[in-house]
Amino acid sequence: MASAFEYAPAPESRSIVDIAPSYGLFIDGEFTDAADGKVFKTVSPSSEEVLSEIAQAGEADVDRAVKAARKAFEKWSALPGSERAKYLFRIARIIQERSRELAVLETLDNGKPIKETRDADLPLVAAHFFYYAGWADKLDHAGYGANPRPLGVAGQVIPWNFPLLMLAWKIAPALATGNTVVLKPAETTPLSALFFADICRQAGLPKGVVNILPGYGDAGAALVAHPDVNKVAFTGSTAVGKQIARTVAGTRKKVTLELGGKGANIVFDDAPIDQAVEGIVNGIFFNQGQVCCAGSRLLVQESIQDELLDSLKRRLSTLRLGDPLDKNTDIGAINSEEQLSRITSLVERGEAEGAERWSPACDLPESGYWFAPTLFTNVTQAHTVARDEIFGPVLSVLTFRTPDEAVAKANNTPYGLSAGIWTEKGSRILAVANKLRAGVVWSNTFNKFDPTSPFGGYKESGFGREGGRHGLEAYLDV
Amino acid sequence: MPTNAPAAAHALKDVAASDSTLRRFLHGLPGVDAVGLEARAASLGTRSIKTTAKAYAIDLAISMVDLTTLEGADTPGKVRALGAKAVRPDPTDRTTPSTAAVCVYPDMVATAKEAVAGSSVKVASVATAFPAGRAALSVKLADVRDAVAAGADEIDMVIDRGAFLAGNYMKVYDEITAVKEACGTTARLKVIFETGELSTYDNIRRASWLGMLAGADFIKTSTGKVAVNATPANTLLMLEAVRDFRAQTGIQVGVKPAGGIRTSKDAVKFLVLVNETAGEDWLDNHWFRFGASSLLNDLLMQRQKLATGRYSGPDYVTVD
Repeated sequence: MASAFEYAPAPESRSIVDIAPSYGLFIDGEFTDAADGKVFKTVSPSSEEVLSEIAQAGEADVDRAVKAARKAFEKWSALPGSERAKYLFRIARIIQERSRELAVLETLDNGKPIKETRDADLPLVAAHFFYYAGWADKLDHAGYGANPRPLGVAGQVIPWNFPLLMLAWKIAPALATGNTVVLKPAETTPLSALFFADICRQAGLPKGVVNILPGYGDAGAALVAHPDVNKVAFTGSTAVGKQIARTVAGTRKKVTLELGGKGANIVFDDAPIDQAVEGIVNGIFFNQGQVCCAGSRLLVQESIQDELLDSLKRRLSTLRLGDPLDKNTDIGAINSEEQLSRITSLVERGEAEGAERWSPACDLPESGYWFAPTLFTNVTQAHTVARDEIFGPVLSVLTFRTPDEAVAKANNTPYGLSAGIWTEKGSRILAVANKLRAGVVWSNTFNKFDPTSPFGGYKESGFGREGGRHGLEAYLDV
Repeated sequence: MPTNAPAAAHALKDVAASDSTLRRFLHGLPGVDAVGLEARAASLGTRSIKTTAKAYAIDLAISMVDLTTLEGADTPGKVRALGAKAVRPDPTDRTTPSTAAVCVYPDMVATAKEAVAGSSVKVASVATAFPAGRAALSVKLADVRDAVAAGADEIDMVIDRGAFLAGNYMKVYDEITAVKEACGTTARLKVIFETGELSTYDNIRRASWLGMLAGADFIKTSTGKVAVNATPANTLLMLEAVRDFRAQTGIQVGVKPAGGIRTSKDAVKFLVLVNETAGEDWLDNHWFRFGASSLLNDLLMQRQKLATGRYSGPDYVTVD
């Protein structure tokens, strides 16, 4: 009798989204073909269905877009802050109105579950525009002196894991401070940025203020290197971040880099165990672990290791993997075939090095790119899976004996983006958080985001902060 | 379940050896983070239960209802009417399952037994000076013995919240064990914590373990007589407690949220909590109950809607 309690599939309707068979580049307020006529296809990772054909930006297109942005900058930066705020508020409201459509679109193009795009991504996207709209006429009071000036043209390159959210993190503060923007979305997830271009037109944003150039790494490199770009903002891999740092070194360009991570999630023996398990799950399986601040290293106090792992394994057995458009789905598809093979090879390396691999019983769909939620136990600091960013649903479990050891292990990584602390003892939270070299430290929670809170990394996780008042600095001449 | 369950059960025997061992054990239980607990309960509330899953859930929920009348004005007539409804909740559709039990005051047990005679419906009785629990232990035990003698299958006891909040855990433990003994071998014991008065989630987890250690067959949120009764979060917490208790001792204990669950939609959300927290083993009326009276009619109207495709209305279900 009991086994009959199967939840009904509840797929979100696709009909709310009208995806055109092809899209152009968005330059100077118009959709246009690439100068060399190149196109590429974007596919849905959960089904491998081709969603649309996209114009592929090249060097000439980058130049065109930067020129349009430069031209638009004169008028845009001269507008009173309250005028710029009006546009940003308008964009924020349109995003809210079209949020269901954008959520479905993002899920189709990215492969992440609808409950994440609908309940996490889109509300945050709108919140970022609202938040920075509020700052646009208050820049004199942001703590950077009277009348801080915008930098000029911002060249922005964003990743595929949170396509629309990363766009919002980049574009909202740039526009609020009076800069104009050329943004390159990732080649596997260009659609929501192109829909955003349409939203800019709907909001009546002046031409050239926002330009969107879908394309590959070469377009991103050209954008970063363009002599008339004043500010570079990049979110993505550490390897590319290093290239960008080399490119802009010696120029007058301002740069912020938000790169990889290998976040430590530290569970002390007095932690609220059931909530810690939820936090661990959220920390590493949110967006299939394709999150730069994922809590991919679980540091658990040795005395509760068995208890915690039992609870965690039981919990993983209840995760639902499958159709990302189904609102019951917890784990969606991996973004691309390339990413899937990267995850697979790192996991094989973990096994070869002697870490113990475990996954719950889990049927993977036949088409699309899928990877079952995976745990590695018996992991030490010397294992590759404890050092390299996997960017997939793979958790490495390490143990520690004392708070000092926890801190030492947590900090013993080239990265420093995020960390989590689980304990019922308030003084320990403060003491440990102070010693962790990570841009954000969550306590008794994980992966909580808010536009008012700055986000960024230490060491190879990059530099500069996005979000909050701190996020304004990167776009102002201060 | 760990393979060393019997050994663990043995170890837990010493927990109640003294006031201090009991306190140390209860305060050594993992803490509860309120924000995280409530977030988890809310996220489980968004599972989609439709069509066949919904029909299954509604019938399951009906079979789990403890149909209750606990008023000063209760009469034999009222109790008989309630019993009839428990046996046959929807006279227009004989496929509707009976409820799990009727729940009455001890002096109405005999009447209730007669009313449900020959059916699967149990008679539960709220003994132990319900709902305040403020009486001498001898009075509470007499209350229980009366109800059991009159044929009650289940006893719903309230704990002494005053003693619990004063940190006098041993007193609460001793009362529960005494009541359990008075229940004899025939009646199952449901222990009511009145979670609204215990106030913190940490207290609710401690009370759950205290109840189970003392021999509760069921742990129950509340009397339905205070402002805050069953919530998804406190029920989720108690489900975690019974799950962990079984893992440690091999003993399965039931859970009964009571008070404030009025709609089918809410009831289904509670079933999702059961399914995903304690697991399928708890998904029947031997291990999970709803303490609710107005819930039943909403379940019946939803059931009729699924059968006929349209809503009927309150006049198409009985008022009892």
